[in-house]
Amino acid sequence: MISTDILIIGAGPTGLFAVFEAGLLKLKCHLIDALPQIGGQCSEIYPKKPIYDIPGFPEILAGELTENLMEQCKQFQPGFTLGERAETIEKQEDGTFIVTTNKGTKHQAPVVAIAGGLGSFEPRKPLIDNIASFEEKGVEYFIKDPEIYRNKRVVIAGGGDSALDWSIFLSNVASEVTLVHRRNEFRGALDSVEKVQELKNKGKINLVTPAEIINIVGDDKVEAVVVSQSQHIEKEFEVECDHFIPLFGLSPKLGPIANWGLEIEKNAIKVNNALDYQTNIPGIFAIGDVNTYPGKLKLILCGFHEATLMCQAAYQIINPGKKYVLKYTTVSGVHGFDGTSKTAPKAVVKAIN
Amino acid sequence: MRSLKTTNFNSERINVNVNSANLSLIYMSEKDINIKITDREGAIHKVLAPTDMAMNLMEVVRAYELAPEGTIGICGGMAMCASCQCYVLSGHDLPEMQDDEEAMLSEAFYVKDNSRLSCQIEITPQIEGLEVELAPES
Repeated sequence: MISTDILIIGAGPTGLFAVFEAGLLKLKCHLIDALPQIGGQCSEIYPKKPIYDIPGFPEILAGELTENLMEQCKQFQPGFTLGERAETIEKQEDGTFIVTTNKGTKHQAPVVAIAGGLGSFEPRKPLIDNIASFEEKGVEYFIKDPEIYRNKRVVIAGGGDSALDWSIFLSNVASEVTLVHRRNEFRGALDSVEKVQELKNKGKINLVTPAEIINIVGDDKVEAVVVSQSQHIEKEFEVECDHFIPLFGLSPKLGPIANWGLEIEKNAIKVNNALDYQTNIPGIFAIGDVNTYPGKLKLILCGFHEATLMCQAAYQIINPGKKYVLKYTTVSGVHGFDGTSKTAPKAVVKAIN
Repeated sequence: MRSLKTTNFNSERINVNVNSANLSLIYMSEKDINIKITDREGAIHKVLAPTDMAMNLMEVVRAYELAPEGTIGICGGMAMCASCQCYVLSGHDLPEMQDDEEAMLSEAFYVKDNSRLSCQIEITPQIEGLEVELAPES
């Protein structure tokens, strides 16, 4: 059981900033995210895109913003459960909550802050009739452990960065890598595209374009995929393989949170914006893109504000009756749980003779 | 900001529609154009879209709530998610696709020859009378 003060669901910019604000109040945080990395949409969808409306940053890449937020909050030593989706929540007699992930990891906290953005990212599955029956039997939508592909024949489908990067990586692990894409052009970092070209020329990646996988063949497990290629003339053929990895990106779904008894409106969680962004269940807050209230704007900067006020309310729940006095970081500095301290340098008082 | 007006010819809302149709006529600005959008359930919506608010078609669909929030425009309009894919039904000469839109569509599902990402279609007087259908959610 992982115990913390504020359990944050979603490790995007709002969740990460909440760690910093909570830390100033001496509250510890633990974050759960379905993605294997922090940053939410900022790292999953648009890490290389610039954002122009973060106060104080005329321009910052979404990926850099994630790094900065982590740098800003790291002294408060947040815990992370990554690659797992928060599945159920149970209120305990002592008023705390237990949140369990899809992998069974349990977390206990008196305050839960849902900072889940548009929901947890689920893989986009290609429209192949029998694909569901091969899941866990040779079809994988994520690569969790590359070692399972050692000396195996692998077919990857997709045309973006992850399809390119994993084809490159697995060309050194698998016995055979086939990359199938609907077009001859790939959308990815220039070095990745060039590297795949080089590996194709060396015969280490078998590139099939413009083509699509239309069927999976096998008794009980993947034995081959049926490829339809439309270069010059249309033809269909089978490629024998042990694994088929479709990499068509991820799309967010509100998922199990929708069944937690929270008031939901237009795929977002209703909160009290006059006070503290608490939901209809006391002790559960929703901050950032996942919440809704009159006048709501889905902006990162609004998430930061919501996270800050949520932490004040969390402080009151965790320290009942204790009065909090607002302190400015410029005056008080930042004192990490790791023993580090940052404070403003003292002005020099010295006479000039 | 001017509010958006809708004329919904969906059967259940016919009474409301007559009123909003009238309102639309009264308030219709010269800067508005007409667009016909078929939603994912097959209902046809005739909507007015302003050409002077730097909007794209995906934003118009969201403003009129023709698809549930969270199922369209997920990336915000960067041509990076294909959740706003639509099929262009009328013969309008739309601006050519940029590389990023073409690349995204090559990874999307339910793609047809007339597929476009609605976030890449600017609302301009040239597309008056445009007719589109939203692609299924994927």
